[in-house]
Amino acid sequence: MSATPALTAERPAAPPPRRRTSTTKRRQYRAAYLFLVPFFVVFITMLVVPLVYAGYLSLFESKLIGGQAFNGLGNYIRALTDPLFLEGLGRVGLFFIVQVPIMLGLALFFALALDTFRARGSKAIRLLIYMPYAVPAVVATLMWGYLYGPDFGPLAQIARAAGLGTPEFLSAENMLGSMMNIVTWEFVGYNMIIMYAALRSIPAELYEAAEIDGAGQFRMAWSIKIPAIRPAIMLTVIFSVIGSFQLFAEPSLLSIIAPNVVINSYTPNFYAYNLAFVNQELNYAASIAFLLGIVIAVVSYIVQLGAQRRERRERSLS
Amino acid sequence: MTSTETRAAVTIGATGSRRSRNRFAPERRRSTLLTVILWLCVLYFVLPLWWLIVSATKDNAALFSTFGLWFGGDFSLWENLQTLFTVRNGMFARWLGNTFVYSISAALGATLLSTMAGYAFAKYDFPGKKALFSATLGAIMIPLTALALPTYLLFTAAGLTNTPWAVIVPSLVSPFGVYLMRVYAADAIPATLIEAARVDGAGEFRIFWQVGLRLLGPGLVTVFLFSLVATWNNYFLPLIMLNSSELYPITVGLAQMQAAASQGGGSQALFSTVITGSLVSIIPLVLAFLFLQRYWQSGLASGSVKE
Repeated sequence: MSATPALTAERPAAPPPRRRTSTTKRRQYRAAYLFLVPFFVVFITMLVVPLVYAGYLSLFESKLIGGQAFNGLGNYIRALTDPLFLEGLGRVGLFFIVQVPIMLGLALFFALALDTFRARGSKAIRLLIYMPYAVPAVVATLMWGYLYGPDFGPLAQIARAAGLGTPEFLSAENMLGSMMNIVTWEFVGYNMIIMYAALRSIPAELYEAAEIDGAGQFRMAWSIKIPAIRPAIMLTVIFSVIGSFQLFAEPSLLSIIAPNVVINSYTPNFYAYNLAFVNQELNYAASIAFLLGIVIAVVSYIVQLGAQRRERRERSLS
Repeated sequence: MTSTETRAAVTIGATGSRRSRNRFAPERRRSTLLTVILWLCVLYFVLPLWWLIVSATKDNAALFSTFGLWFGGDFSLWENLQTLFTVRNGMFARWLGNTFVYSISAALGATLLSTMAGYAFAKYDFPGKKALFSATLGAIMIPLTALALPTYLLFTAAGLTNTPWAVIVPSLVSPFGVYLMRVYAADAIPATLIEAARVDGAGEFRIFWQVGLRLLGPGLVTVFLFSLVATWNNYFLPLIMLNSSELYPITVGLAQMQAAASQGGGSQALFSTVITGSLVSIIPLVLAFLFLQRYWQSGLASGSVKE
C-alpha cells in the first residue's frame, strides 16, 4: 500500500515497474475481495444478522395486549432462575463431562491402534467404525430406540435369555446414559478419522530417533504421536462441546417413545424449540438460544485456554 | 481429465510423508491380540446396522416375535419396500428426492463459497485479511442449531419459510469449510504456478478456475462430503422451517412416520415401514463415503494437521 492509485496517476514520471506493481496489487486486492464476497454475504445474512436479531428479540416480551414490550434483561433473569432450563443445562453439562472423554478416548485409541498397522484388516476396521457417521441422528436414534425396547428389543431378548431380567434402558435413571451411547456410536468414527488423518501426516523424521532408541509402541504413542496431533484433538474437543450442548434430534426422537422421561425441557435446545413452537413464547425461546450460545462459547474458550496453558507449561519444562 | 493433477495434489498434500513413513512403520509384526480387540469393537458399531438390515426383511408380526439379530418369519423385504414406496401416494420417494435436492444444492453451494474464500485467504495478501479470517474461525464455534430459531424468525418476516430456500440457504455457510480449504490451498497450489499464469497474462479468475480448482480436488471432495452429510442429516432446521409434508426431507418424514407408528391407531404395520425407510435412507450416504474415501481421507489429512 505504498502508493495510492490516484498518486501514481498524477505522477507520470514515476518509474514504470513501480507503477505496475501497484496496479497489479490493486487488481489482486480486488480479486481477493471478489472471491470473498459470496461467502461473506451469506455469512452475514445467515449468521451475523440472526445472532443480532436473537439478541434484540431476547430483550423484549410479548404482551397479550399491546404486542412487544421492552423487557430489558428480564428474559435472562427468568432463564437463569428457570429450574427447567437449569436442569436441562445441567443435563447437557453432565453429558459433556461423561460422554465426551469416553468418545474421544475411544476415538484416540482406535486411531493409534490403526496407525500401527498391527491388526489384520485395518482398512476394513477403519471404514466400519466410521460408517455410523453417515447415518443421520434421526435414524440412529430410531434404531437404538428399537434396540433398547423392553419388549422386542434384541438387547432385552438377550438379557432375558441370560436370566438377567429386562434392562430398563428408557427409564428416567438410564435415559441420559442411553443417549450418551447413541451419540458415542454415531461420532467415535468421525473423531477417529480426524485423529487418524493427523497421525498419518506426522513426518517420518519424528520417528527415526525413537526407532533408534528402541522405544516401544506405547512410549511412541504417548511421547511422539499424541503431542504431534494435539491440534487435531483440540478440534475434536471443540466440535464435541458444540455437539453435546446443542443436543436436539436424540431427545426429540426419544421423547416419542418415552414421553414421560424425556420431557420437553430435557435439553436446552429441545426446550427452546418447544417454547417457540408449542408455547409460542418466541422472545423467551430466543433468550434461551442466545444464552446457550454464550455458554458454548465460554466452555470452548475455557477448554482452549486450558490446552494452551498446558502446552506452554510443557514447553517450558522441556 | 483432472485426475492426474488431482493425484499430484494428493501426493503433495498428504501421501508424500506417508510413503516415506511406511519404511519406518513396516507391517512386520501382526498382533493377534490387537486384531481380536479391534474386531470385537467393530461389532458394537456394526450390530445396530446389522439389526436394521435383518429387521427390514421382517413383516410387522415377525418384528415383535422373532429374535432381533437374526432372520425370522417370512422374507418380507420386497413387500416392505413396496409398502414404503406406495404408502400415502409415494410420499417416501418424494422425501428422498427432497433430501437429494436440498443436500446436493447446499453442498455444491457451500463448497463453491468455501473454496473461493479459502483460496483468497491462502493465496492473496490484502488489507483486512487477518480480521476477516479471525471472524470466520470464531464462527466455527457458533452453534448453528442455536441460530436456527432466529433464522426461522427472519425467514418468516421475509415470507420464505416453507420453501426449499429456507433449508438450503442457511446450509451454505461453512466456516470450517473455509478453514479447511485455506489450509489445503496453501499446500496444494504452488505460488510459482500462479505467478507463471500471471506472466502468461491470465486473469485472476481464470487462474482460479483453470489452475486452482484442478489442484484442489481432494479438498473439494472433503468439503463437499461434509456439507452433504451436514445437510442430509439435518433435522432441526427443516423441522422448524417446513410445515407441508410434500417439502419434508427424509429425516423429518421418518420422524413423523415414527410418531404416527408409536401412536398406533390400527396402523401397526407402520413399524416395519419405518425400519425399511431408515435402511433405504442411509444407503446413498454410505455409498458416497465408500466410493470417495480416497479423496476425503487425503483432503482431511492436510486439513487436520496444521492449525
